[in-house]
Amino acid sequence: MADVATQPAQGTETSTRPGFIQRLFLHNITAKVAALPMIATVLVIFVGCTAWTIYYSFTSSRLLPRNDFVGFDQYVRLFGTNRWNISITNLLMYGSMSLVLTLTLGFLLAVLMDQKIRFESAFRTIMLYPFALSFIVTGLVWQWIMNPTLGLQGTMRNLGWTGFTFDWISNPRMVLFALLIAGLWQGVGFCMVLMLAGLRGVDEEIWKAAKVDGIPTWRTYISIVLPMMRGVLITSVVIIGSGIVRLYDLVVALTNGGPGISSEVPAKYVYDYMFGGGNIGQGLAASTMMLLSVMIIMIPWAYLEFGGKGRR
Amino acid sequence: MKKFAVVAAMATAFLGSTAYAAELEVTHWWTSAGEAAAIAEFAKVFEEETGNTWVDSALAGSGTGANPVIISRIIGGNPMGATQMNTGRDAEELIQAGLMRDLTDVVADLDIDSFYVDQDLLEPCRYEGGLYCLPINIHSWDWLWLSTAAYEKIGQPVPTDWNEYVASWPALQEAGILPFALGTGWPINGVPGVLMAGIGGTDLVMQVNRDKSADAVRGPEFRKVAEAMDMLRSVVSPETMVPSFGDAGNQLLTGDAAGNIHGDWLQGDLQIAGGVPGEDYECLPALGLGTQLTGGGDSFYFPVLPEGTDPAVIEAQEQLARILISPEAQLKFNLVKGSMPIRTDIDLSGANACMTKALALLDNGLLPSGDFSLSSDTQKQLEDLNLEFIADDNITVDDYIERYASIIEQAD
Repeated sequence: MADVATQPAQGTETSTRPGFIQRLFLHNITAKVAALPMIATVLVIFVGCTAWTIYYSFTSSRLLPRNDFVGFDQYVRLFGTNRWNISITNLLMYGSMSLVLTLTLGFLLAVLMDQKIRFESAFRTIMLYPFALSFIVTGLVWQWIMNPTLGLQGTMRNLGWTGFTFDWISNPRMVLFALLIAGLWQGVGFCMVLMLAGLRGVDEEIWKAAKVDGIPTWRTYISIVLPMMRGVLITSVVIIGSGIVRLYDLVVALTNGGPGISSEVPAKYVYDYMFGGGNIGQGLAASTMMLLSVMIIMIPWAYLEFGGKGRR
Repeated sequence: MKKFAVVAAMATAFLGSTAYAAELEVTHWWTSAGEAAAIAEFAKVFEEETGNTWVDSALAGSGTGANPVIISRIIGGNPMGATQMNTGRDAEELIQAGLMRDLTDVVADLDIDSFYVDQDLLEPCRYEGGLYCLPINIHSWDWLWLSTAAYEKIGQPVPTDWNEYVASWPALQEAGILPFALGTGWPINGVPGVLMAGIGGTDLVMQVNRDKSADAVRGPEFRKVAEAMDMLRSVVSPETMVPSFGDAGNQLLTGDAAGNIHGDWLQGDLQIAGGVPGEDYECLPALGLGTQLTGGGDSFYFPVLPEGTDPAVIEAQEQLARILISPEAQLKFNLVKGSMPIRTDIDLSGANACMTKALALLDNGLLPSGDFSLSSDTQKQLEDLNLEFIADDNITVDDYIERYASIIEQAD
């Protein structure tokens, strides 16, 4: 019917179907015109800048970009750098823990919230509130709380519990968990709200049917409701995942990569070498690797998700 | 308030006020108490002598945090009127790209060659016959600061060199005093250079910093430096580190910590906090061992302003350039900052005990410091290495030397 609407009313009785090119451009033309700014943005900003990034990661650019190709030198140096390798390990550890815990806790909280409790909106606001704070504020708040001499540990010891120890932030082996606490505190509320919306989207009839069949509530949640929330789950994973890959401000505010370099992350490496070290080539090589890691996860998923439909 | 002032200043600038007095935005990273007091001296002289307004844009985060902001503003086409940066190679590409103003004509009649105390200081500012920055002070990392209060507590005389200081550590630890105070992050990065000049000596500094000789790093002299770093590591732990170098200074004044290796700018903070050299703290240049200081310092750069800028602002740049190196401003600024002036033809009788020691060593010539002769890329790699080494006991001295050597090998 869109065809009819956009068919130019020329009155010619050619009944031949429009060619492919014509269809590509003229089919639903208003929508296409409306999408032009977005298409331009995607092409110039996303594709264009990505291409620029990859291109210059093969050059010896320092403070300013220049066309002096050095092949894979930047990448060789990158993977020979201890700090980068530590950054990757940290991101993998933090990322897997953060993804699993945010989803689990978010879902659990949403289920609890879904029990038709009193003051639900008040609880929802409280849980979502940390998300309204920037990572910098979150990081600084938790930095004070976890500071061994000024924060929780110091307070407990002053109260008389002298054996109390909570020094994760200054312990190279535990610092990632300190990051995780702050990250979860900030992110779980948002995940909960998404999940709650998903839960509310499930038809009441399904619940009634499950009740009639005598299926326990927990089983209904896991085997029936959860699979029905697929869309919400995927949205949550993408949002949490992108938050993990670009993890930067939390680290800067909470630990600044310390103690030593034990809580460094890739995004911080990119920034530090691009601007602090004045080495664009090295920074871009690192960001290209970050892009690559995202692609490795996204492409198989996108193929599974959308690949089938195209051939249907 | 400061933010409001900047916004207000920008708003009036956009409205195109036709007043004669120009507003010159000056960026710098002098945010600690002593540093802020020092830069205020420049602002005062500038405003009094020219009637222009100094719009102060202090950036937090020192060289590591503020430098990127300054550079990206200049590259991004939003230059400030003038900016402070370290003397050295951080801005070399900006100069090469023509983003900085050539000051040759501005200072032509001042005959700067005649009064700069060390011509090497001007070297990073020169490019293809032009002069693109003006060093305004000489800074040296090479100081060992010692707390009089801490040594009173343990009943020992204040050490007179590094070796005595190290020997006093066990007694200090027994008394519950921290032997070495340290701020988190970049402050540790200056320490190897200081140890290199003090323990390793002039030749080592020249070979490593100037000639970038990896063999020198692998040699016996540098091993002593690495071993000294290892000793420091044994008395420093993440729990005892304080947030900034200024806090480390306070620990010295209260006697909670006994010593600290940090640049002379620490002294500005010690003085603001009421410390008196010789009474509350002692200072040992070159660790009390060497006879020469490694030096860098700060320079002022004047970015090329975009077309259509009010000529009064451009003139204000020129006026500021001349004022910064004038005897009056040099004297006022450096006495507060605790750094050495770039000219010694001024009356320095107001200098305190520590500065007098430094001025005496200045006659022996300056050694090139790391941030003077190494690119910011190389400095960054060394910083990562030092941070990692001090926090992680699993890295052996041999690893440290080898990794230091491989960074110097690739240095440019």
